[in-house]
Amino acid sequence: MNTFTTEKQPRPQFRNLGLSQLVTYRLPMAGLVSIMHRISGALLFLALPFLLWLFDLSLTSELSFERLRGVASGAFFKLALLLLIWSFFHHLVAGIRYLLLDLHIGIDLKSSRNSSIAVYAVSLLLTFIAALKLFGAI
Amino acid sequence: MAHPAAGIGARRLVVGAHYGLGGFIAQRVTSVVLTLWVLLVGASVLFGPLTYEKWAGLFAPLPMKIITLIALLSLLYHTWIGVRNIWMDYVSPVWARLSLQVLTVLYLIACAVWSVQIVWTA
Repeated sequence: MNTFTTEKQPRPQFRNLGLSQLVTYRLPMAGLVSIMHRISGALLFLALPFLLWLFDLSLTSELSFERLRGVASGAFFKLALLLLIWSFFHHLVAGIRYLLLDLHIGIDLKSSRNSSIAVYAVSLLLTFIAALKLFGAI
Repeated sequence: MAHPAAGIGARRLVVGAHYGLGGFIAQRVTSVVLTLWVLLVGASVLFGPLTYEKWAGLFAPLPMKIITLIALLSLLYHTWIGVRNIWMDYVSPVWARLSLQVLTVLYLIACAVWSVQIVWTA
């Protein structure tokens, strides 16, 4: 034991990530769920007027309802809507996970990792079903 | 948490959260309201073909209008807290953050007015 050594030990340094590191940095699953929760929320925020417009068309009259069907038949529209649907399902399912974490359910490392994987599994499955419905397969 | 000295006088942080439970609780309560509304609407229209009569009929009764408006206003409040957090995390100059927050509030108020109009004229 050499308690009085003055040799400098290299200390680990933790700095904020630079933009170039963001591309290669591998987040753990829970981190991926977290950043996607934020991105999906931001996307839905930006799409609010578009979504309200769709809601308006769907309710105003039988005529506008049919117009919505017309608008919704385009492939680009369907892809854009599918992106928002994925955002919505991810935000919803990840949000439920956060509510459970708030109640101290599943806060150990292993179950937290498993629940992050479950968030992706469930939200992607729901999005897939929505896609089948959207593109008329079911 | 802001340093106590930053909480008063000219150095007071005008664009932070209020560092209380309020926003935290509101975020969670509104999320539960939204989830329940989504389940309610989903369960009402998921089965069988979706016609205009069925869809518009769902939102015609007054109780459903009230429930839907509560859900939409919850959504906008939920959005306010979330987007405010994004600005607070990534935008540090006070002038930029304040501008973005003011624009966000105006945008959400506009959405709120439109929501009332949609739900009440349906």
